[in-house]
Amino acid sequence: MSTSTTTIDDLFPDELFSPADGHGDHDPEANVAFGFWAYLMSDCLLFATLFATFVVFSGSFAGGPTGRQLFDLGGTLKETMLLLTSSITCGFAILGMQRQARRHVMGWLAVTFLLGLGFVAMEVSEFAHMVAIGAGPDRSAFLSGFFTLVATHGLHVMAGLVWMLVMMGQVSFKGLSEPVCSRLRRFSMFWHFLDIVWIGVFTVVYLKGSL
Amino acid sequence: MPLLDTAGPIGSAEKSLIFTAIGLMLVVAIPVFVLTAFIAWRYRASNGKATYAPKWSHSWKLECIVWGVPAVIIVILGHLVWTDTHALSPDKRLASSEKPITVDVVSLNWKWLFVYPRDHIATVNRLVLPANVPVDFHITSDTVLSAFFIPRLGSMIYAMPGMQTKLDLVADRTGAFTGRNYQFSGRGYSSMHFGVTVTSPAQYRAWVNKAQASKNVLDAAALRRLEAPSTAAPVVIYSSVEPHIFEHVIDSFTTAKVATPKSHAGSET
Amino acid sequence: MLGKLTLSAVPYTNPIIMGAVGFSVICAAVIVGAITYNRKWDYLWKEWLTSVDHKRIGVMYVILALIMLLRGFSDAIMMRSQQAIAFGPNHGYLPPHHYDQVFSAHGTIMIFFMAMPFMAGLLNLVVPLQIGTRDVAFPFMNAVGLWLTVMAAMLVMVSLGVGEFSKAGWTGYPPLTELKYSPGVGVDYWIWAIQISGIGSLMTGINFLVTILKMRAPGMTLMRMPVFTWTALCTSILIILAFPVLTVTVGLLTLDRYVGTHFFTGGGGGDLMMYTNLFWVWGHPEVYLLVLPAFGVFSEVTATFSSKRLFGYTSMVMATVAITLLSFLVWLHHFFTMGASATVNAAFGISTMVIAVPTGVKIFNWLFTMYRGRVRFTTPILWTLGFIVTFTLGGMTGVVLAVPPADFVLHNSEFLIAHFHNMLIPGVLFGFLAGYTYWFPKAFGFQLDEAWGKRAFWLWLSGFYVAFMPLYVLGFEGMPRRMDHYNNPAWQPWLVIAAFGVVLIAAGIACQIAQLVVSIRDRRSVVDQTGDIWNGRTLEWAVASPPPVYNFARIPVVHDIDAFTDMKERGTAYVRPERYYPIHMPKNSSIPFVMGIFAFAFGFAMIWHIWWLAIVGFLVELGSLIVRASMEDVGYEIPAAEVERIESQRFRKLDGMGVTQRAGRRAAILQPQPGLAD
Repeated sequence: MSTSTTTIDDLFPDELFSPADGHGDHDPEANVAFGFWAYLMSDCLLFATLFATFVVFSGSFAGGPTGRQLFDLGGTLKETMLLLTSSITCGFAILGMQRQARRHVMGWLAVTFLLGLGFVAMEVSEFAHMVAIGAGPDRSAFLSGFFTLVATHGLHVMAGLVWMLVMMGQVSFKGLSEPVCSRLRRFSMFWHFLDIVWIGVFTVVYLKGSL
Repeated sequence: MPLLDTAGPIGSAEKSLIFTAIGLMLVVAIPVFVLTAFIAWRYRASNGKATYAPKWSHSWKLECIVWGVPAVIIVILGHLVWTDTHALSPDKRLASSEKPITVDVVSLNWKWLFVYPRDHIATVNRLVLPANVPVDFHITSDTVLSAFFIPRLGSMIYAMPGMQTKLDLVADRTGAFTGRNYQFSGRGYSSMHFGVTVTSPAQYRAWVNKAQASKNVLDAAALRRLEAPSTAAPVVIYSSVEPHIFEHVIDSFTTAKVATPKSHAGSET
Repeated sequence: MLGKLTLSAVPYTNPIIMGAVGFSVICAAVIVGAITYNRKWDYLWKEWLTSVDHKRIGVMYVILALIMLLRGFSDAIMMRSQQAIAFGPNHGYLPPHHYDQVFSAHGTIMIFFMAMPFMAGLLNLVVPLQIGTRDVAFPFMNAVGLWLTVMAAMLVMVSLGVGEFSKAGWTGYPPLTELKYSPGVGVDYWIWAIQISGIGSLMTGINFLVTILKMRAPGMTLMRMPVFTWTALCTSILIILAFPVLTVTVGLLTLDRYVGTHFFTGGGGGDLMMYTNLFWVWGHPEVYLLVLPAFGVFSEVTATFSSKRLFGYTSMVMATVAITLLSFLVWLHHFFTMGASATVNAAFGISTMVIAVPTGVKIFNWLFTMYRGRVRFTTPILWTLGFIVTFTLGGMTGVVLAVPPADFVLHNSEFLIAHFHNMLIPGVLFGFLAGYTYWFPKAFGFQLDEAWGKRAFWLWLSGFYVAFMPLYVLGFEGMPRRMDHYNNPAWQPWLVIAAFGVVLIAAGIACQIAQLVVSIRDRRSVVDQTGDIWNGRTLEWAVASPPPVYNFARIPVVHDIDAFTDMKERGTAYVRPERYYPIHMPKNSSIPFVMGIFAFAFGFAMIWHIWWLAIVGFLVELGSLIVRASMEDVGYEIPAAEVERIESQRFRKLDGMGVTQRAGRRAAILQPQPGLAD
């Protein structure tokens, strides 16, 4: 490997300036998508830390109720179905977007929103019930870990719902312009990501906890 | 200097380890110091006589040296770390013909409670130990994270609420030393030290007998009084110590955990 | 209405605190007055506070870092003077509750509000120029990150006069930081300052990851990136991977304090060991994400001022990447004394030592860069030489601490304090100060005064040794860290010497202030005419100083690692392009500043339990994001004619100096250079 001679690039043997200069030298859409992936990666780390915390404390009941006593697998399975279905309907919205079918997009987004809302409502009622029977986050380290992990996911879903409302507003006022489509694509990445995280929550928290 | 003037085999081994590590590192550090001075001076811009090779930027020989030599040193040091970390693990039983004594240590705000469970005595801010007899410390905290350390004997270890750490030390000479908390724990941290007296076994026995004559009783109520924050607490000696008071302190944090589960060190030798 | 906040939160009976508050208020008043008197508010708002220009943002980050350096250093003066006198019957002038805040603030400020903004500032200022691009990938987010960091720093400053700061150290170990042991607002100030600035740091990380990977000039392959850019890339990766862990860790502590969870309380099955583990899973990469860019600066400075190619570029890159990966595998060495098994301790001790190998390689490569070079002893190279020697010493003591049984007697002692200052002062601060001196002319178009710079260096260097070598000795004397008072007569002489070291450093800082004043006064005599004041080697020197808002009128094509040196050698450095194109640039925005203000309001409200204000703050942040997300027209176009006008001015100046080169002549100038042989 010799670096002692001046290397001339094969690609631009004698060029001084980028030939693509006049038309913008980079692709902002690709940058934003990549940046969003980087954000999702950091969010992955955030959830990974919460998962680790939950697992460490998964046996620290401090005399309080255990997962088997608290979890209602049937209800959680319904929650899971709501969220998984919402991922599919979100996918339909994106398919509609690619066909520039505005009403299609609005319709499927609305369905996705309702499914997401249903998920959040079920989760909130589950939490309310647990707090009511004295199994709140202050009961034991196990429950602290449970509430924090599950609620962090729930807050993400709520953020997704707000985002969805904003996007529905944008689609109806601005139409399926390129920037709006680009945002929709990122939204769908976010929504699918939450789905994947939820599958982790369902397995690690509810399934293992009910064993 | 307490870390150099050690009074026990653990401290001495740790001291010599420090100097071995420094010595090995000097193999790299001295060339750096010398080369820095030499190169900077020799190749100063005003020295027109020195070779100037503005494109010279690679040499396999030098690359091998700069990656290789530090790597070899780290391999040597790594071997040293592996063996000595196991040999000097704090919970490792010390080989001795003497039967070890047990001392339960409780860190409080901001004082130390030492319980001698076999003799049913306890002290505040005063540790008396026999020379050449291994001491098996069981350590916990009744407050925040603290660190138990007697510099001249060697090896610090954390005292943690709801958990127990273990430390085995032995003093090979008599004398008066100081121990203290080495983990910041709030307002009274600076004054959280205790006197350590290492005496001959006979004198130690005499001290125990005298302590057992003390009228102070260490029961739950006395412990609650000790838990009240105070600084520069005077030395107190208790005779009638409620059994398992150390375990009670740990259990008061709901679920007790042993910080050192099963150490590999203990079983190897 | 105001939550826990009452007038009694202001410690008006404490003359020391009120003096500090008064001084800060007077400084702020003087600045505000000067701006008003000179009618500069409009300029400040339009050109700086709402700017999304990475160069301006970089400058503002560095200004924040320098101000916070002064604040953090004031804390250092207080600690050293207190310890110099607080022996025996003399309890000094700082009672524990004040001393404990001082050392907690010192650590927090130096890491989060001095080193981090300094790093972010240099990245912002330099990376886009080095990789030949006109902007960062996310200029708006960049500005949001800046204002979040600034406002988080303001929270720490406000804690001086309203309430108190944390008294539990910068690492905030529970259970001391739990409500039971720290019921005051101090820990909450610490928590929210860290959380808000942490979000800002994450934005910086994502921004530079994308900028570096996606926006390099054509021809600049990864293995042709300047080493500073390489370190910036690795730092960005470290930020993205490490900061979420800090956010969660501190977030769990927040829940313990606000909601009553039991993560680290000790009761309810909680476990403080989880906090120490998580904190250092972030904490150790944090050290490296600060050190790496400083290493990058040293690489640039050494090559430039030796007028020679960097030795072992590939090695340097490999070492940087190795350090990045290894930094995640060593966290346990911060608590060898927690009673982990010998096998675990040994494994982490060894992994820690392994990091010494790539670090050592870097040290030698800088030396070999100077070897057969022409070393010009400017201020930046002095910082570099001071770093090489001092850092090697710190590395030695670091390897000592990496041996678990050695750490058993040195942990939490003054030896540890000496060691990490011995790494961070040369390894981070010297690096950033070298970068500050090196790139100052690029940012402002004139050079910093060399004489004052050298005085500052020598005082800093000698001050460092006088202040910290005694602490190594005190480690062997068995002196623990963080003591507000002691009874051991053997310690005092060393502490008095250390206090004198701080006086030397203070003199060094005074020289730096003088340097700035003198340089601004004499700015016309040290103007950077060409944009290449140091005979630089990388692309940032190819543009004017200060660069035009669009950086590059035409994006250059890169043919070599030392892209600009290569252009100069081939005679293509100052070639005037045949034509210009319109340039698309982002518009300034007031939203980031507004978001910063309301982040402050939110943090302050959470600290004092002013719930309505917290809700308002949160809603404004959310609304700002929605408004921004609905804006389509966030850029503007600089017409080709305007670009041509700006560039013509520059080329007229260059013509006058006879450095302009014409495209047609470049083949003739392309000549072999002397001294190519190995």
